[in-house]
Amino acid sequence: MEACYHCGDPCGKSPIIHEAKSFCCNGCKTVFDILHQNGMDYYYELERTPGTSQNKVSEHFDYLDNEAITEELLQFSEGKRQIISFEIPAIHCSSCIWVLENLSKLHPGVYNSTVNFPAKKAQIQFNQEELPLKALVLLLDRIGYTPKISLASAEVKKKSKDRSLIYKFGIAGFAFGNIMFLSFPEYFDVDEIWLEHYKPMFRTIMLLFSLPVVFYAASDYFKAAIKGLRSRMLNIDLPIALGVSVLFIRSVIDVMMDWGPGFFDSLSGLVFFLLLGRFFQQKTYSYLSFERDYKSYFPLGVTRIDRKGSKLIEEQIALKEIQKGDTLLIRSNEIIPVDGVLIRGEALIDYSFVTGEALPIHKEAGSAIFAGGKQCGASIELEVSKTVSQSYLTQLWGNKAFEKQSELRFQSLTDQISKRFTLAIVSIAIISGIAWWFIAPSMMFNVITAVLIVACPCAIALSAPFTLGNLVRLFGRHKCYVKNAAVIENWSEIDTVVFDKTGTLSTPAQSAFSYHGIPLSIEEQRLLYSSLRASNHPLSRSLYNTLEEQEIVTLDDFSETLGQGISAAKDNQHLKIGAPKFVHAQANSNHEGAVVHISSGSNYKGHYVFQSEYRPGLKHLLAVLGRNKKIAVLTGDNDSQAERLNSFLPEHTEVRYNQKPQDKLDYVKTLQEQGEKVMMIGDGLNDSGAMAQSDIGIAIAEDTNVFTPASDAILQANSFEKLPVFFALAGLGKRIIYACFGISVLYNLIGLGFAVTGHLEPVVAAILMPLSSISIVIFTTISTRFFGSRLLKSAIKNRN
Amino acid sequence: MSIIFLLLSVSICVAIVFFVAFIVSVKRGQYDDTYTPAVRMLFEDELVQEASETSATTIKNSTNE
Repeated sequence: MEACYHCGDPCGKSPIIHEAKSFCCNGCKTVFDILHQNGMDYYYELERTPGTSQNKVSEHFDYLDNEAITEELLQFSEGKRQIISFEIPAIHCSSCIWVLENLSKLHPGVYNSTVNFPAKKAQIQFNQEELPLKALVLLLDRIGYTPKISLASAEVKKKSKDRSLIYKFGIAGFAFGNIMFLSFPEYFDVDEIWLEHYKPMFRTIMLLFSLPVVFYAASDYFKAAIKGLRSRMLNIDLPIALGVSVLFIRSVIDVMMDWGPGFFDSLSGLVFFLLLGRFFQQKTYSYLSFERDYKSYFPLGVTRIDRKGSKLIEEQIALKEIQKGDTLLIRSNEIIPVDGVLIRGEALIDYSFVTGEALPIHKEAGSAIFAGGKQCGASIELEVSKTVSQSYLTQLWGNKAFEKQSELRFQSLTDQISKRFTLAIVSIAIISGIAWWFIAPSMMFNVITAVLIVACPCAIALSAPFTLGNLVRLFGRHKCYVKNAAVIENWSEIDTVVFDKTGTLSTPAQSAFSYHGIPLSIEEQRLLYSSLRASNHPLSRSLYNTLEEQEIVTLDDFSETLGQGISAAKDNQHLKIGAPKFVHAQANSNHEGAVVHISSGSNYKGHYVFQSEYRPGLKHLLAVLGRNKKIAVLTGDNDSQAERLNSFLPEHTEVRYNQKPQDKLDYVKTLQEQGEKVMMIGDGLNDSGAMAQSDIGIAIAEDTNVFTPASDAILQANSFEKLPVFFALAGLGKRIIYACFGISVLYNLIGLGFAVTGHLEPVVAAILMPLSSISIVIFTTISTRFFGSRLLKSAIKNRN
Repeated sequence: MSIIFLLLSVSICVAIVFFVAFIVSVKRGQYDDTYTPAVRMLFEDELVQEASETSATTIKNSTNE
């Protein structure tokens, strides 16, 4: 089978041949034509099949006609020059960069464009007079790079990037290097008179270099230590802040009094290594967003219609202007942003982003419609009953679960250790101080400061960032993208895993139809296959994809009645496919879920029943997890398919049916009140409350480019089977961190030996400090990689 | 021995110049995207082929401004 020249998808039995190239659909062919006519064939030379499948439904951008809305989206606008930054999820290869950066060849209204590949963003400078924003968006849409414009894109554009960590890191590194240089004569104890002469100057310069390190680069540690003290917590930042300040004060006194060279090299080295750890830990996936709420899902504007007498006025308004009682026009494939009552047309609403339900729901005029669904059928008219912020779906975000700071939920491993550590260090300093008071009082100050300096827990503070940073990268390679390193640390503490059913345990990508009734003849099967191919209804599409491939026949007659079904004819064969009323009098509608009825001529044949398929390996996965974790399943569905679900679950699994978003949140909360650490795994907006409430919320995504609700981690659906491995890895991380603690305590004991006996020379501190830090970094990196890959390998072996 | 003053001040000044250059480059966002520029520079060859066509228009544009 041939692959599409544009997107690489298989073309099926009847590809579209154009210019000696085959295409899977007209969409792909159109993109090729546009690029080809503009002399941009290089797009296809740069990478093979660089496009994305064009077999999708087009979006509406009519709201971009509203000037107030476009004004909000533009980053800069003056005269003939406008700048806008688009999020374009389709960006995935170098051809994408090339075509987007050469937009000016497609339209003279574009001055230039710059792509930020990791963030999947394109910044475009254009002339609004020649090319209005809506035309620009449509141009991008036509070549397959549809920008994602939502309520959230207007809000975030002014957020500036926080680069302070890079500045701090730069300053610490700069000072560290220069101070080391200036300390060289001191290290080697050169006895030259001229050097002796310049010593004070060298030392003063070192002091000057250390000032920005202490007061700027290390400022976060002081702030965190004070914050910890206020909330009566001995966190790891406290001994660090203590160490840094003692190092600085002791060194300043040493230099002032001309007692010695001070510890400026150790001081700046310490801060440099600590910031290096932070930098490493801060691995971010800039193209993924973990903070998405309903705002990044809803469109910016809608069409409001006004009936003044017989005149019909259509008007594009921003979402926040919607008032109760307005009449909205929702076109095909638009998202319904508010709760309302259907007043005209027939609704066929796809709630897959909200509930994970794969099939659309049918509603007739007069029934209430909840926000969040996507209209699949023809246009409908809706009377608004609640405004955007008041609706059923968005109300959930008012819950307190969305406000809390995730960092404070757990006491981290490092903080647990540091409590004991800090107490031990302070008491050793006091005891040795008292001891030296009796031996030689002049040495007391020296020894106390030396103890506090050498005990500064640099190595301890580095173990967690490096171990977790390595694990974040390992998770990412296996398609589990975590928000930050703390998530992995919390992961090892989880004892209850709560799953959503629809879209999480079951997959919307694979569905099965089972046929009940009189078997269809070959001709009927062919006719059914061909007529489903011509239909755009989601149910027909999924049925078409699951049926055995048949020869495509040319239909003599084809008509589709929206919300009802298809009637098709070939030669003397007449087929009716669809809803029971439409198809045949005999067809009954007493089925749960989605059913497609079929009649041939005047005889009722039978029906296909849609069943959502559970993810592969689900039973094994749940059995493995169930060994040492509690498992629960929450679902918004009723219990009609309970038997099938139960066959996958281990014994004693709690399953709750008919759960509303708020119920799911409350369930997680109850578990937490019983002292459980809860992980919530879900996929839709209706799980976001429970995910925000839980200790770790994981969103399952079939495709990480599409919308996922706010979460702590995004797991790609095809890695779902690896879930137990991720648990094992998180546990491994915890053990490695403990091993690192052991090693660094060893270093500390050696250092304390020098300090307590009063022999801590600056050069000893300057060697011990980087040595301990670097060996910890090496140890944790090697052990995470080695044990991590061994774990993954054995997991794969077990499965086969 | 006053040469030591000169050497020291020169070396520190050079170091500070580079340091400031680093800070400025971070501030301008040079480190925000470390991937795309590496890909973009490979496109240059292709653009040269069409330079003869486009150069005329670019000259026109530049004189207008």
